[in-house]
Amino acid sequence: MKLKQILAGAILALASLTGVAGAQIKIGAAEALTGNAAQYGAPIRRGFELALGEINGRGGINGQKIELVIEDEQGKKEEAINVFKKLIFQDKVLMLFGPTLSNSAQASDPVAQSAKVVAFGTSNTADGITSIGNYVFRNSVTEADILPVTLRIASQKTGLKKVAVLYGNDDIFTKSGYDNFKKALQDLKIPVTTTETFAKGDVDFKPQLTKIKASNADAVVLSALVAEGAPMMVQARQLGITLPFIGGNGMNSPRVFELAKDSSDNLWVGSPWSVENPAAENKKFILAYRKAHTMLPDQFAAQAYDAIYIVAQALKKIKITGKLEADRKSLRDALPAIQWTGATGPFKFRQVAGRDGRPAGYDAVQTAIVMMTKSNRYVIQK
Amino acid sequence: MLAQQIVNAISLGGVYALFALGFTLIFGVLNVVNLAHGAVFMIGAYASLKAVVVLQLPLPAAILVAMLATGALGWLLDKFIFAPLRARHAPHLAPMIATIGVAITLTSLIEGTFGSENLRFPSEVLPAEALSMGGVQITWLELEIICLAFALMAILLWGLRKTGAGRALRGLAESPKAVALMGVNVESVFRVTSILAALLGGAAGMLIALYANAVFPRMGQPMLHKGIAVVILGGMGDIRGALLGGFFLGFAEVLSVAYVGSNMRDAIAFGLLFIVLLIRPQGLFGHVVQRRA
Repeated sequence: MKLKQILAGAILALASLTGVAGAQIKIGAAEALTGNAAQYGAPIRRGFELALGEINGRGGINGQKIELVIEDEQGKKEEAINVFKKLIFQDKVLMLFGPTLSNSAQASDPVAQSAKVVAFGTSNTADGITSIGNYVFRNSVTEADILPVTLRIASQKTGLKKVAVLYGNDDIFTKSGYDNFKKALQDLKIPVTTTETFAKGDVDFKPQLTKIKASNADAVVLSALVAEGAPMMVQARQLGITLPFIGGNGMNSPRVFELAKDSSDNLWVGSPWSVENPAAENKKFILAYRKAHTMLPDQFAAQAYDAIYIVAQALKKIKITGKLEADRKSLRDALPAIQWTGATGPFKFRQVAGRDGRPAGYDAVQTAIVMMTKSNRYVIQK
Repeated sequence: MLAQQIVNAISLGGVYALFALGFTLIFGVLNVVNLAHGAVFMIGAYASLKAVVVLQLPLPAAILVAMLATGALGWLLDKFIFAPLRARHAPHLAPMIATIGVAITLTSLIEGTFGSENLRFPSEVLPAEALSMGGVQITWLELEIICLAFALMAILLWGLRKTGAGRALRGLAESPKAVALMGVNVESVFRVTSILAALLGGAAGMLIALYANAVFPRMGQPMLHKGIAVVILGGMGDIRGALLGGFFLGFAEVLSVAYVGSNMRDAIAFGLLFIVLLIRPQGLFGHVVQRRA
C-alpha cells in the first residue's frame, strides 16, 4: 500500500516535471558573446538573464516559464544569419532577440522577416533596420532621435558657437552617428571648424587632436565607441585641450570612467538610460544587477532587461496554443500595443515606413536624458 | 601646430619602431615572417597589466614580467614550431602559416580568459601630465618610448657587431651551413633569437599599451600590419631599417593628417611607402637581402 502510494507520487511528480518542461516558452537570442562586439553582447546577456530570473522566479507567464536559448553570433553578419536560422528552424523559438550590431541586423533580420518570426533588437541604433519588415522590432532608441537633443542641450549650457567633428569612418555605427550629428549641426546652424576621422584599432589620435586644437573650436563632436573614445579623451587632455566632448550612444558607458579616469570630465552624452536616473524602476534594476554581477550595468544591459519585460507583457496577452506559426503571429500582433516603464523609462513602439513606403517594423519612442561627466560621474542636465 | 605635430610624429614613429625591432630580428635570422609577433606583443601587454593590477608590482618590475612571459613564449614558439619545421626543411610558407595559427589561438585564449573589453593600467601608476615646452606637449612615456627605441637599437647593433653570439647570429643570417661548419651550435642561436625577438615584442606591448591607454585581445593586429610595412620599407631583417621605417611611417601618417586630412591618412602614408619601394625595392637598408640573392 505504502509502496504503491510512493510510486504513484513519483509518477505524478515525473509527469508534472515533464509537463512543466513541455510548457516552457522558448525564446532565442543571437548576441555577440565573443569577438570585439562582446563588450556589448556580454552586458546584453546579463540584462536578459536578470529579467528572466525575476520573471521565472515569480512563476513565469501564466504559469509557464520562459526559457532563453542564447547563441553566439560573434558580431559578424554571416554568423548572425547562421544563428538566426538555427534558432528559428532548429530550436523552433517563439521569437528572437538580437543581433548585437546594426551591421549584423541588416543581414540577419530579413531571415526572421521571411520566416515570420519576431526579431527584437535591443542594441541596434542605425537607421533603416526596422524598415526591413513588420516582424522587426527594437527598443533601442535610434541615434537620429537622441543626438539632436544632446547637441541642443549641450550648446545651450556651454554657449558653444562652432565645433570640430571627429568620427570613426570604417564602422557603420560610428559613421551613421556622424551622419546624424552632421544633420543636427546643420539644423541648429552650428558651423564646423574641421572634420577629422580615425580608424578602428588606432592607438594614437594626437595628430587629429592637434589639428582640432589649432582650429579654435568651442567643442569636439565625437562619434566613437568607448574603446577609441576614452583614450582619445586622455590624449586630448594631455595636449591641453579642455574643450567639452559631445558624444553619441557609444560613449554612454560607465566604462569611460575606468578607461579615461581623471580625463573624463566634460563629456556630454544623451540616452534614454542613465545610471544616475533616480526613477524607482531604474534603482531597482541597478540594485539587482549589482547584486548579481558586482559591477555597474550599462545602457546595453538596461535595454536588454527592459526588452524581456516588454515581450513578457505581450506574452501575458496571448494564448499559447502550441501551434508554432499561429503563436509566432499572435505574439507579433500583440507587441505593437505594449507600453512599459522600465529601467530606461516610459516606453512605447512607433511604426516606421518600409523601403516601399508601406508600414513596416517598430522603433522605440522614449525621452532622452542628457548628461555631462564630472569627477567620474554622470550629472543629468535638464 | 607644426612643432606639436613633429613631436607627435616622433613618438608615433618610436611606437612603430619598437614593435618592428623584434619582428625584423626574427626575419633576419630565422628567415621567418612571424605573424604571431602581434599576439606576442599583446601577451606582453596583458602580462604586465596583471603584474601591476594583481601582483601590485611597480612598472619597472612589470616590464620584466612582460619580458619573462613573452620570452618563454618565444622559447615555446621555436621549440615546437620553428625548430621542427627547420628540421624537416619545410618551405618558407609553412612557418608563416603556423604563426597565423598561433596568433589566432593566443588571441582567442586571451579573449576567453579576460574578455574582449578594453582594459587599462590604473591611472595612479602613470601620471598622465604632460611636459609643456613652448606650447608643445609631450608626456614622460612618449620620451621613454623614443629613447628606448633608440637604446634598444643601439644595444642590438652593438651586440651583433661586437659579441661572439652576435657574430654567429649575423653569420647565420648569411649562411647557416657555413656557421654550422665553424662549430657554432646553430640550433641554440636560432632559439636565442626567437626568445630575444619575443622579449622585445613583450616590452613593446607593455609600453604601447601604456601609451595608448588600452589593453585588448586584438591590439596586435593593426600593429602587425603596420609593422610589416615598416620592416619591408626598412629592408627586411635590417635593424636600422626597422627604426628608420618606423619613423618614416610615423611622419607620413602625422603629416598627412596635418596637411591633407585624416580621411586620407592611410592612403597617403602607404602610397608614399609604395613609391619608396618602387624606387628602392630592397627597402632603405636592404643590401643584405640583395647579397643573399
